[in-house]
Amino acid sequence: MSYLRIRDLSVVLRGTRHRLLRGVSLDVGATEVMGLVGESGAGKSMIGKAVLGILPRSAKIVSGSIELDGVDLLTLPPRQRRHVIGQKAALIPQDPLTALNPARRIEPQITDRLVDILGWDRARARTRAAEILHDVHIPQPERVLRAYPHELSGGMRQRVLIASAFAAEPRLIVADEPTTALDVTVQKQILKLIFEMQARHGTALLFVTHDLGVVSKICQRLTVLYGGLVMEEAEVGAFFDAPAHPYSRALLAATPRHTDPTADLTPVPEAVIAEARRAVAEADLRWHS
Amino acid sequence: MFLRRLLSRIATTLVTLLGVAVIVFAVIRIVPGDPVAMMLPPGATEADIARLQAFYGLDKSIPEQFFIWLGGVVQGDFGTSITTRQPVLGLVLSRLPATLELSVMALVIAVALGGTMALIGTRQRYTRTEGAIDVANGMALSVPDFLWGLVLILLFGVLWPVFTISGRVSPNLVPEFTTSFFLFESVVRLRFDLWLDLVQHMLMPALALAIPLAAIIGQLLKQSLKETMHLDYVTLARTKGYSENHVILREALRNAVLPTLTLIGVQFTFLIGGTVIIERLFSYEGLGNMAIDAVINRDLPLIQGIVLLFALLFTLVNLVVDLLYAVLNPRLRHA
Repeated sequence: MSYLRIRDLSVVLRGTRHRLLRGVSLDVGATEVMGLVGESGAGKSMIGKAVLGILPRSAKIVSGSIELDGVDLLTLPPRQRRHVIGQKAALIPQDPLTALNPARRIEPQITDRLVDILGWDRARARTRAAEILHDVHIPQPERVLRAYPHELSGGMRQRVLIASAFAAEPRLIVADEPTTALDVTVQKQILKLIFEMQARHGTALLFVTHDLGVVSKICQRLTVLYGGLVMEEAEVGAFFDAPAHPYSRALLAATPRHTDPTADLTPVPEAVIAEARRAVAEADLRWHS
Repeated sequence: MFLRRLLSRIATTLVTLLGVAVIVFAVIRIVPGDPVAMMLPPGATEADIARLQAFYGLDKSIPEQFFIWLGGVVQGDFGTSITTRQPVLGLVLSRLPATLELSVMALVIAVALGGTMALIGTRQRYTRTEGAIDVANGMALSVPDFLWGLVLILLFGVLWPVFTISGRVSPNLVPEFTTSFFLFESVVRLRFDLWLDLVQHMLMPALALAIPLAAIIGQLLKQSLKETMHLDYVTLARTKGYSENHVILREALRNAVLPTLTLIGVQFTFLIGGTVIIERLFSYEGLGNMAIDAVINRDLPLIQGIVLLFALLFTLVNLVVDLLYAVLNPRLRHA
């Protein structure tokens, strides 16, 4: 039984018939780690945003369903939808430097949801915040709770954001390229931390990335997107042994090898791109008719 | 550290005030118009004029006059008003509370009105409501305060006379007060009958001063709120299950207020300057009204005293804004 179940989701650029997501279907099991890969502009982040109800104003959902824990979010009134998302899902954002409110201390930024949405009392929420900061290996959690974001390093802030995401025990976490903005040296630690927390809490994780290397290490399944269209959805083991779709094969071939950094990068061949575009055009033809 | 900053601040303030004093002193003596000529009847003799000029020290050179005056000022003696023959300091201080209360009331109204407009505009962004607010702001902004004053007098003083449009308080109530801060005193003493009478007098001039400022605050705060609403931490807060109102008030407002605050400081000093004409318009017994009388009567010491006080007020407002800024912006607190 999948915890997140997306069916035939289409998102258009507001005011046009141009689709940004072209009938995406996707399942994430209750404790599963699903990698969402594709080039920039493929719509991978957009899926995460649609699930969390934070699509930009310029994007509009026109068809499909997003079921979270068996409830179709798109049929709920806005208020209730927000509440359900706040209780059951959480986001680990891309850029830790901009994702914390500069005018507020760390503590309320973690505890607000516990108090306002889950109805905990302040003292309990505070204890929980200190606990969860300890879990993400932050020394002196008490001091960090009183700090303002500008007093913490980038890696530290990302730890805080991970803690904040897990604090309310959500059943689904969307991680939107959570290490892209970080130093290479910190990236590894943060990745390790996210999967350590995921394993401990048994959360479903939708991991948006363009790094197939990371996907091969930690995801159980992955979905490859091109132009807002699902190219392939596969078990990670099977995918890396023999990707089924030509685009997936090309993408895999284009991934830089850490073992031989001097090797030339292989671009995705024109023919493969042309084929992927054809698939997109066919999907649009069917949709518009 | 704080003490050093405060001391340097006071030093700059003193230099500013000295500059203001020099300029005002020179200008009002260079422009035509002789106070002595205005005091004497048409047929006065040369000897009478010379005697009176000597009495007020006006026969000496301007630099000489300036240093005599400055010597008095540092000892707290701002000279004697030529028209009323009373000490300038006492006169000015007796009127200052009236102007302060009017300005602060106008500021409170402007912040309340502008803030509400900005919040509603942000909540209803990209809708017709926001468009309507923009239009209203534009209109409020393109009409200066004294014209608003005339409009208000016409509307609520003449066509539909619900407010008193002359004076600060009903004359028969003046003996009830022991201080010059009438509005403040009425609140502290819980005399709401007096308070009501005061508000009835002050609301229209305060509103005339507040409307343009409210429009500026509304526009800038809305702009800055809308920008803040796109920032990552606001988006993150949305995923936590909060309502739009909650997100605006708790996540965005405090950050969006900072640029507006600086502007409010600058604009508030303009507002204090605006009281001069507004007080005249509403026959409000404040400093501004007194300033106009002083200029008409060429009451040089009084003009100097008033201008110096205004200059002091302006620098104080800027100081308060800087302090508030540091309080609201945690990044500045340790700097």
